[in-house]
Amino acid sequence: MIEGAIWRKWVYFYLPLALFLLFLLFPFYWMVITTFRPDNELYIAWRRPNYAPFWTWNPTLDHIKFLFRETAFLTWLWNTMFIALCSTVISLFCGVLAGYALSRLNFPFAGSLGTMIFVTYLVPQTLLFIPLSDIIRNYRLGDTPWSLILTYPTFLIPFCTWLMMGFFKSIPKELEECARIDGASRLKAMFYIILPVAVPGILSAGIFAFTLSWNEFIYALVFLSSPEQKTVPVGVVSELIRGDVFFWGALMAGALLGSIPVAIAYSFFVEHYVSGLTGSVKG
Amino acid sequence: MANVSIRKIHKHYADFHAVKGVSLEIKDKEFVVLVGPSGCGKTTTLRMVAGLESITEGDILIGNTVVNNLPPMDRDIAMVFQNYALYPHMSVFDNMAFGLKMRKFDKAEIKKRVDNAADILGITDHLTRKPRMLSGGQRQRVALGRAIVRNPQVFLFDEPLSNLDAKLRVQMRVEIKKLHQRLSTTSIYVTHDQIEAMTLGDRVVVMKDGLIQQVGEPLELYNTPANKYVAGFIGSPAMNFANVTIKTENGAVWAESPAMRIRAPERLAARLAAHDGKPAVIGIRPEDLLMANGTSPELTFTAGVEVAEQLGSEILLDLKVGTGAMVASVEPTVRVKPGEAIQLTMNPERMHFFDAKTEAAI
Amino acid sequence: MVATAVQTVPAPHTPEPRWRPLENEGWLALVLLLPTLVLLGLFIAYPFVRGILLSVSSSRVGVPGEWVGFANFTRLLSDPIFYMVVRNTVWYTFITTIFKLALGLWLALLLNRNFRFKAFTRAFILLPFIIPTVLSTFAWKWMFDPTFSVLNWFIMKMCQWKVSFFGLFGIEPATSCVVQAQFNWLGDADLAMWAIIIVNIWRGVPFFAISLLAGLQTISPDLAEAAAIDGAKPLQRFWYITWPLLLPVTMVVVLFSVIQTFADFQIVYVMTGGGPANATHLFATYAYQMGVGTGLLSQGAAISLAMFPILFGIVIVQLLYIRRVETR
Ligand SMILES: Nc1ncnc2c1ncn2[C@@H]1O[C@H](COP(=O)(O)OP(=O)(O)O)[C@@H](O)[C@H]1O
Ligand SMILES: [Mg+2]
Repeated sequence: MIEGAIWRKWVYFYLPLALFLLFLLFPFYWMVITTFRPDNELYIAWRRPNYAPFWTWNPTLDHIKFLFRETAFLTWLWNTMFIALCSTVISLFCGVLAGYALSRLNFPFAGSLGTMIFVTYLVPQTLLFIPLSDIIRNYRLGDTPWSLILTYPTFLIPFCTWLMMGFFKSIPKELEECARIDGASRLKAMFYIILPVAVPGILSAGIFAFTLSWNEFIYALVFLSSPEQKTVPVGVVSELIRGDVFFWGALMAGALLGSIPVAIAYSFFVEHYVSGLTGSVKG
Repeated sequence: MANVSIRKIHKHYADFHAVKGVSLEIKDKEFVVLVGPSGCGKTTTLRMVAGLESITEGDILIGNTVVNNLPPMDRDIAMVFQNYALYPHMSVFDNMAFGLKMRKFDKAEIKKRVDNAADILGITDHLTRKPRMLSGGQRQRVALGRAIVRNPQVFLFDEPLSNLDAKLRVQMRVEIKKLHQRLSTTSIYVTHDQIEAMTLGDRVVVMKDGLIQQVGEPLELYNTPANKYVAGFIGSPAMNFANVTIKTENGAVWAESPAMRIRAPERLAARLAAHDGKPAVIGIRPEDLLMANGTSPELTFTAGVEVAEQLGSEILLDLKVGTGAMVASVEPTVRVKPGEAIQLTMNPERMHFFDAKTEAAI
Repeated sequence: MVATAVQTVPAPHTPEPRWRPLENEGWLALVLLLPTLVLLGLFIAYPFVRGILLSVSSSRVGVPGEWVGFANFTRLLSDPIFYMVVRNTVWYTFITTIFKLALGLWLALLLNRNFRFKAFTRAFILLPFIIPTVLSTFAWKWMFDPTFSVLNWFIMKMCQWKVSFFGLFGIEPATSCVVQAQFNWLGDADLAMWAIIIVNIWRGVPFFAISLLAGLQTISPDLAEAAAIDGAKPLQRFWYITWPLLLPVTMVVVLFSVIQTFADFQIVYVMTGGGPANATHLFATYAYQMGVGTGLLSQGAAISLAMFPILFGIVIVQLLYIRRVETR
């Protein structure tokens, strides 16, 4: 790279980068600080002269205790985890097989099926939630985890399929041809050779699908009604706001704790997540 | 081990006729090389033998079994690919053992066979490594080892040496040759490199545009090419061609062009006489052009030297002959300078004539 | 020379191949695709048809309803809120996409340089995209709170610094900073729109930045260096080398973002619930309010289906454009 004077580097590089980081990360800082601030510090109008919003000398666990005692937060956490894991596994299973078929096999309508998958990939959840809620009700799945475990794959499968297609295409065809000559059937060649080689791709798709289902909101909001069935986002919205009273401390504690599992999963697989993200927008 | 017969096979891709009726009888223990320019259908033919590509028309027999409808796993063959196709997640041992495991050999037998193959190929020290830790040559050996452990009826090779550097290629070529002498497994070997074809093949099949041009032992192709294409393809540097007109005068046959007037040898005279007055192509290899010593003016012509390439064992002369170009390979002691005009004599024993239209040898 | 011995050749035998349907590509593909086709058929294709049927009937929650033709759609055409919804959605999508693209590209260019903690920084930058949107939006809502707003406090501080700076030259402000910084973010129609726009940009910039960064990394630095040797200034290098090469990736990223933004629900639902006075409703939130809040299933289905032709148009135009860019 062609470098200029030091001050240029500060003005054109460090300063903007720092501002970006401030903008992108400040809400999380705010979440954390609010979680640990006592109520009497929280509700001070910003006009008061000695308003010091960025720190507290009296950290408290009250909000977190409130969350665990007064709400079904742990149940929500468990529900979210269970639903996210199940739908991720289902979607990976379907997506890997479909991706393999679409990228590796020659069969009639392969092209149009691929296009169809791509189109469903682009369908946003908010397009179909009303008829889906009707169908869920008819299947008597309403207010059960299965209403989400079965519907989340509708947006996860196209994504996994798409990602896996791209990944499978990068594996040389000779690998499975050689396995088939070595005496493996097509299925065995797939299971013993191609899938093990595709593990990084499967991990990418998996971690991405997991974060997507953890993040999903509208289906969970519409399909679930009883407090002990809810996922974290829905639970936080519906149980920590009474009318127009917001329990801000507990809300932020819920937001923080509800984010931690997904943040942990993300931190373990950052590279896979990033390659999933960039793979998902590749043609 | 088995013979392979390919009977009038065709391959149509969606709108492309890639193989147009290839027939070939390969005897047991024979090493046959398919050679031809890129895109001529060699790989397609080989893949049809392997069962990786369906056969549009015709039959393929391995041993005495028609294998058209057998999946690759049931054909008892082994194939070595250009990019080696080693299973990246398995150790060298597991790579070689995979085929045996799929065929449900017991553990002790697998170990015995893999160790034996590794010993033959000199990769015993690398058995526990993953393919990515090996050099190109070592990977190639593993690919060979994977093929030989199973002791299949037929070996198929698809340009197995193309990914190696020039020096290693020569070395591995010798190893493959040795391996075949040792195991005598029927082999079909595809390459675009005519030197590989000449050095490895018991017989060589020259293909072009989905058709076989000529089948024969290497020297047969070199000495009596069936047509102008084969003549030009086999041999390096390539055979020189010049357009001439055939003239019969007093019982002698002459090949004439503005730049030369050459008397055809007796052995060809009768056949050439039929072409009297018609255009033809004369073909002569660079090493069959000699510096003229004045003894046979009827075989001599004049050429202008453009470039002289000293190779040590010989000198390659790039020549201008009339409006055409030729290459001659002459003794390293010859002294010529660019721009000089020299006299060259053709070796009459090794002159070739081709029909100008059909390009078939006369 | 291998002599061609005359042999008595036994008749070739054609073995009956064992019945192995999964060795056939077509059957295998069918088996592998079956779970996907069943799930997508049940929960995408069927709801889509169902949605269309709903939108031409008069169903409510618990009331089957009957065929009413296009009544639900014609009612939308005379619904002033619906016009506002269309305007809001288009504006929201347009303005956030512009900002996300510009900021994301800038951030990607910054991240494309080598510096310490680069991987670390990149990991942190993605956080807004990873953390469940509803949860992080609550943090924003809390920051935008009119009484306890840290943003207003921040604006006041900025103002005070400015005042004391100008005070050095004896210039006095017209109004006090406390008064100037009284923004009722979510209670004012225009400000509320800007608030949700800011949150959407905040959430989307990482996605743009990381995707574009991946695109940037596929561009060989040799190109920029060659251009630099040819005398191109940094801005020219960007405009003539980087941007054209990045265009295909950019188009795809924009396509995804536009669709997601157009159909956005979570941010508005949490921040304003569509208010004040329906000023921030988008298609999805309005459909939710009608279909789930009020229980007018058919009306709600009609509103969300009204998104479809627009989305379809966007997708077609963009895909055509992407194809043109790629085949150029
Ligand atoms: N799957 C395919 N679909 C269409 N055309 C093909 C396919 N595979 C090969 N071809 C065409 O068939 C011809 C022969 O290919 P190939 O047998 O691979 O040639 P080579 O002699 O170089 O090995 C080429 O022109 C190639 O483009
Ligand atoms: Mg080939």
